[in-house]
Amino acid sequence: MNKPVDTEKLKPADYATDQEVRWCPGCGDYAILKCVQRTFADLEVDKSKTVFVSGIGCSSRFPYYMDTYGFHTIHGRAPSVATGVKLANPELDVWVVTGDGDGFSIGGNHLMHALRRNVDFKILLFNNEIYGLTKGQYSPTSQVGTRSPSTPMGSVDLPLSPCKLALGAGAKFIARTIDTDQKHMPEVFKRVHAYKGAAFVEIFQNCIVYNDAVFASFTEKKTAADRQLHAIHGEPLIYGKDRDKGIIFNPKTFQLEIAAIGENGVTESDIVVHDETNANLADLLINMTGPDVPTVLGIIYAQDAPTFEQAVVAQVEAAQKNGKADLGAHMREGRTWTVS
Amino acid sequence: MAHSEANDNNDHRESVIIRFAGDSGDGIQLTGNQFATASALAGNDLSTFPDFPAEIRAPVGTTFGVSAFQINFGSREIFTPGDEPDVLVAFNPAALKTNLEGLKDGGLIVADEATFVDRNLKKAGYETNPLTDKSLDGYRVLPVDISKLTLEAVEPFGLGKKDALRCKNMWALGLLLWMFGRDRESVASWVNTKFANKDTIRDANIAALNAGHTFGEAVEMEGHITPQVIEAAHLPPGEYRTVMGSEAIAWGLVAGAQLAELPMTFCSYPITPASSILHTLAPMKKFGVTTFQAEDEIAAICAAIGASFAGSLGVTSSSGPGIALKTEALGLALSTELPLVVVNSQRGGPSTGLPTKTEQSDLYQAVYGRNGDAPIPVLAAHSAGDCFETAIEAVRLAVKYMTPVILLTDGYIANEAEPWKLPDLSKLEKFPARFAEEGSGEDGPFNPSQRDPETLARIWAKPGTPGLEHRIGGIEKSFDTGHISYEPENHEKMTKTRWDKVAGIANDIPEQKIDFGPESGSLAIVGWGSTYGSIARAVRVASADGIEASHIHLRHINPLPKNLGDLLANFDQVLVPEMNMGQLATLLRDRLGIKVTQLNKVSGQPFKKADFVKAIRQYVLPRAAE
Repeated sequence: MNKPVDTEKLKPADYATDQEVRWCPGCGDYAILKCVQRTFADLEVDKSKTVFVSGIGCSSRFPYYMDTYGFHTIHGRAPSVATGVKLANPELDVWVVTGDGDGFSIGGNHLMHALRRNVDFKILLFNNEIYGLTKGQYSPTSQVGTRSPSTPMGSVDLPLSPCKLALGAGAKFIARTIDTDQKHMPEVFKRVHAYKGAAFVEIFQNCIVYNDAVFASFTEKKTAADRQLHAIHGEPLIYGKDRDKGIIFNPKTFQLEIAAIGENGVTESDIVVHDETNANLADLLINMTGPDVPTVLGIIYAQDAPTFEQAVVAQVEAAQKNGKADLGAHMREGRTWTVS
Repeated sequence: MAHSEANDNNDHRESVIIRFAGDSGDGIQLTGNQFATASALAGNDLSTFPDFPAEIRAPVGTTFGVSAFQINFGSREIFTPGDEPDVLVAFNPAALKTNLEGLKDGGLIVADEATFVDRNLKKAGYETNPLTDKSLDGYRVLPVDISKLTLEAVEPFGLGKKDALRCKNMWALGLLLWMFGRDRESVASWVNTKFANKDTIRDANIAALNAGHTFGEAVEMEGHITPQVIEAAHLPPGEYRTVMGSEAIAWGLVAGAQLAELPMTFCSYPITPASSILHTLAPMKKFGVTTFQAEDEIAAICAAIGASFAGSLGVTSSSGPGIALKTEALGLALSTELPLVVVNSQRGGPSTGLPTKTEQSDLYQAVYGRNGDAPIPVLAAHSAGDCFETAIEAVRLAVKYMTPVILLTDGYIANEAEPWKLPDLSKLEKFPARFAEEGSGEDGPFNPSQRDPETLARIWAKPGTPGLEHRIGGIEKSFDTGHISYEPENHEKMTKTRWDKVAGIANDIPEQKIDFGPESGSLAIVGWGSTYGSIARAVRVASADGIEASHIHLRHINPLPKNLGDLLANFDQVLVPEMNMGQLATLLRDRLGIKVTQLNKVSGQPFKKADFVKAIRQYVLPRAAE
């Protein structure tokens, strides 16, 4: 039975289920959900070929609200389940939704290996630097000193950098965006959707209840322009309200540095041009942290590479090149004898 | 002809047990397997079992580096690799030291005397040479300088000494083939294939094989050793091959997937003794089998679940410690009601336990070992060949009932080899998987909670199918809609439904039969898994002596066959032998409310036939005497 061709344009609501969304009022997850639905409508994504897979945590409720196929699995294991889905049917468009606890604590191993293998699914990391669903304990991305029910005197362990870990694991696509940026996020999602391979996106997502305003230093409207560096392929890494600051490379220290354009003889031609295929540059950009340093956003790294399931399927297909194999004959290989 | 236990032991013509033992590098497994092939071609029934060390390459000459291979072959039905060897072939002192115990009184020791020098004796812990110090007086000892004779035999081929000595196993094999009147042709043909591109190695091996054989023919050996004739066994007619449990499992899974008309996605993480299933399936891509070596046990089962969600048959395999890691995901598979086959090749536990030794101690884990009320069908294979059918049955239940199924085997079954009558695949009944049909969306969203009223199986809707978009997960779901539900009544209903679904499988499995013995009497021995061979042999031996005990062997552990309680009620005593502290015994008490007697062995070694013969005498004879 063929579906009648929809002549009307798809709407975000066409990708929403009839289930009531149950995140805390004001949660950044709403904005991400809305943005994904809007992007899907714009791209006219075939929902029958789309699968959302999640683990456990606030973000992992995501599949229930997307009118696609969805699998709410167990804590940390979404990348593994998604790998199985892709191995069984590489045609499916698979999205993994995870959080900083789900993806980097209990599920760190799976995320690392999915990235390394370059399994063709999208990984949306909702990073709020806190455990929400279990009521506010610190997470592996929480800043040192985070006070939480499990660290009343402040956490003492260093946080990890999701993008740095992804790059270290061999990820070929790394992007960053912000939950409230409804202009930037769809652009990132469109690139993600078009990418073939493991696409890792860190979304700075505000937990209004347990970690409110943790990203405010660079997400607040009034400071955003001076604290966000939007990396655009082929364009110089310039930022600032007056677009008067840029990133230069210091060959003596092998570091990126901030320079004021027009001061100390720095001109626009001295500014590093973003090359999203350059892993070394991606590494340097991700490493830029500190109170006076902008946070890099956008497509930080994107490199085409063969996907895992393509290679696996190719082997299976090559083995079947000569037609259907006969199990009976296979079992008779080697020595057999007849008892009469 | 009735014969007693005693003459069963001494009757060498009906069956013979040989144990080959040597350094891990001596080619022991290969030698044993080649002897097995030659015996199978001679028409014998047989059973073999390898016993290798956990260390991959232990230091040469040490006791913990000894690798052994036992074969029991004969003109009667052979159920086990045998209790006590008649012949021990020892390639060095360490092999003699570690394998002498268990050799039959008066048994034959063939030893490579060249290796019995001070250094090796010391390594093995001998203070004096056992070949000359009379400590082996209870046995027949045949010291042969196998090393020297091998070097002489392969001398024309100009191999270095190390390579030349590698042919020692072929020389010994030649002698043993002569001793039992076996043809050398199958070994020669194997050597020709194996070393097709290495002429010198090939010719040297053949020369060593022939030299060993000629030695038997020409040399007057001490103890007047002459060839023994073991007649062909009366096996049912048909085409045979030898099969190992791990192979039969793999082939059974592939056959099951074909009968279900599903592609198979096998996801696993290496673990002893389960890895061989992965190794067997990985080269079977031409059957549409996808294999995935995951980063860990959890990833393996989760990928299998993902594959099943996407419409493939997800299968995972491991051993006890790995199954423990998979436990949470098993709950997910049963909660989301997706088909999944989980093979557990059990080993000695707890924790890392005895990786290379066998045990049956994961039955509690399989039946009871999950959070929540989490019933899962559990099957157990009883021999290498039986793995094939049991694997098919596991696939059938998983697909028909949309449930994970645990298939228990153990290290013994995985590595054991026996002649196996090849099945006629065209005669196997198909059980095609059914998927939900494409929807129009006109009747509202697709409901993934629909059930088959008879089997209670949930509907399987494949991603990629228009109109069937739906969500599943591990949170409790509404019985009616499949949406998240925390309602108390609903949870009770769902829990009961999951329970009833698995319990209902009892109506879809064969009634339990008695494997051997009368339908009522003083003793029923109820076994499961790899104890099959020893129990089967023991009840036959006892019966020949006029002591009747019945053997019942379970394939279906959960649910149990529905007639089992009635069947066991016909016996005064129910004896449950297990390689654990009484796990099936607990289950039978739990499910059937009956009194059972336990017979437990947890040494990492299989039961011996003699253990059961002793038990049968203990329970049955006093009654017969009343």
